[in-house]
Amino acid sequence: MATAPTAPVIETPGPAVTGAGAIRPKPRSILGYWRLYLAISPFYLLFLCFGLIPVGFSLYLSFHRWDGLGHMEYAGLSQYRYLLGDAQFWHSISNTLIIWAIATLPMLFIALVAAVMLNSAVRFKSVYRFAYFLPNVTSVVAIAIIFGSIFSTNFGLVNAVLQGLGLDQIAWLNTPWGIKVAIASLMTWQWTGYNAIIFLAGLQTIPGELYEAARVDGAGPVQTFFRVTVPLMRPVILFTLVVSTVTGLQSFSEPQVLLQTTSNTSTFAGGPDNAGQTMVLYFFQQTFDNNDFGYGAAIAWGIFLIVGIFSIINWRLVQRREK
Amino acid sequence: MTVTADVMKDAQGSQDAPGTRGTRPIKGARPRGIALHLTLMLGVLVSLFPFYWTVVMSTHTSTEIFQFPPKLLPGSHFDDNLRHLFDSIDFFGSMLNSLIVACSVTFLVLFFDSLAAFVFAKFQFPGRRALFVMMMAIFMVPAQLSAIPQFVIMARIGWIGSLTALVVPAAANAFGIFWMRQYMKSAIHDELMDASRLDGCGFMRQYWHVALPVVRPGLAFLGIFTFMGQWNDYAWPLIALVNPDHVTLQVALSQLNGVHGTTDYGMVMTGALLALIPLLIVFAIGARQMIADLAKGAIR
Repeated sequence: MATAPTAPVIETPGPAVTGAGAIRPKPRSILGYWRLYLAISPFYLLFLCFGLIPVGFSLYLSFHRWDGLGHMEYAGLSQYRYLLGDAQFWHSISNTLIIWAIATLPMLFIALVAAVMLNSAVRFKSVYRFAYFLPNVTSVVAIAIIFGSIFSTNFGLVNAVLQGLGLDQIAWLNTPWGIKVAIASLMTWQWTGYNAIIFLAGLQTIPGELYEAARVDGAGPVQTFFRVTVPLMRPVILFTLVVSTVTGLQSFSEPQVLLQTTSNTSTFAGGPDNAGQTMVLYFFQQTFDNNDFGYGAAIAWGIFLIVGIFSIINWRLVQRREK
Repeated sequence: MTVTADVMKDAQGSQDAPGTRGTRPIKGARPRGIALHLTLMLGVLVSLFPFYWTVVMSTHTSTEIFQFPPKLLPGSHFDDNLRHLFDSIDFFGSMLNSLIVACSVTFLVLFFDSLAAFVFAKFQFPGRRALFVMMMAIFMVPAQLSAIPQFVIMARIGWIGSLTALVVPAAANAFGIFWMRQYMKSAIHDELMDASRLDGCGFMRQYWHVALPVVRPGLAFLGIFTFMGQWNDYAWPLIALVNPDHVTLQVALSQLNGVHGTTDYGMVMTGALLALIPLLIVFAIGARQMIADLAKGAIR
């Protein structure tokens, strides 16, 4: 073809080269690049239809009252004002944060310890990696059903163990703390291996000399872990922390499947007294059970804000200590 | 060189320099090695136990399940549970729906993402940087923000209730483009691009004959990752597939749990078990590559 595509980019690091259009022999009009634009267009088209327009529309919607069918009524800031005083919304925030904390912090710690151990075990490493990663690829729905049976009050394995030990049984899926522990242990089970694999990859980039130096200085394994491993792994820990925060604060499937039958009012209620209702569950309840699309949109923006704030806090925490 | 930080001792010692092994005091190394493997085995046990538990429960009747002490060995009622399962939900119908969605999305994502990634990795054009930054920003937008309008739009064009509602929005994504671009930047050499251009290859031929063969392992990862994600997707299918008789496997499974969960647990667990099997097969095929690539992506 006469209009051959552009020359390949000469890859040089740094943003300075972006302006280096001069490398190209002759500048062409934007239309000369039509093939390239066409090739990247599917993503941007889809984004326009199912991303940008919807996000804009949901902002618009959050200032209105609408049940999805009838007349849309301008409501100003009243949805947001109501949101700030909505006890159930705040309750769902605290539920989400508690579940996130009791799932994520042990998860990342266990994952890091497991990764250090994996890093030092020569044999069967790939077997361990395979087994640890398996929980992560299985469907949340199936896992939630399985964990529902493990934590079941009547025939659950956990209660059977408690009974066997002569302890009192706990109605796990009927008490505020039991619900949160059940959801958190499901998440921990599913994500610890994933994080361990990522930590392991990070550990393998740490040069062995550093460990030798630590040993020469008389550091024990625990000291080495906290003084050498953890500081050097900070970027990787940051990555896993941000991923766990963003996914953890938006958890939906785990509590929904686990608790859909424990409440009579809504499958998104999150169990008795809404004790397992996360922010996203509340969003679903208001939007798709109550058909309150305007208020649902306001909740979605609230969730977006909270997730954003926590991501930034995570980022800052890890970055600051790096200095 | 012997790297002998305490925790690292066994690993590095035998990996780097087997010859020096004897020079190092062995005392204490063995018990720690055994303790290490025992601890790691405990982790394996915790990881695998729920799967085993599913097998156990799916082979017992609900009467047996409710007994104390709990059954810890598989029973003999798997076929009964299986029959109840197939009577309760259209298991194969919903599995077929899941397969259709997961396969079409995977195919579309592989094509659109790799094509866009090729452009971003190997070509210079006006607005490239801005478009790329914009794509990364899109990455951060949470799904709830677009959920309501997406639902409304699809209801207007009549997609709600059909599988199209699941396939089309997922046909290209920022993660895949970003990931493939990283892969292509290093995997496709500029010399190769120059040579193919001098040979008169047009854009599509460069993509098809030069880029794709080189990045096949990357495509395999993205394919498995996308397939699993789609297979397991739950929230959007739950909302978009309003006809309870025409759903994906995950939604059917959830219905099963919601309606029959309290009465026939053996049957519900059989459903959970069967739903896991296709996934475990895909994972077993691609596990090695997938684990390695996922880790690489994270520490990059």
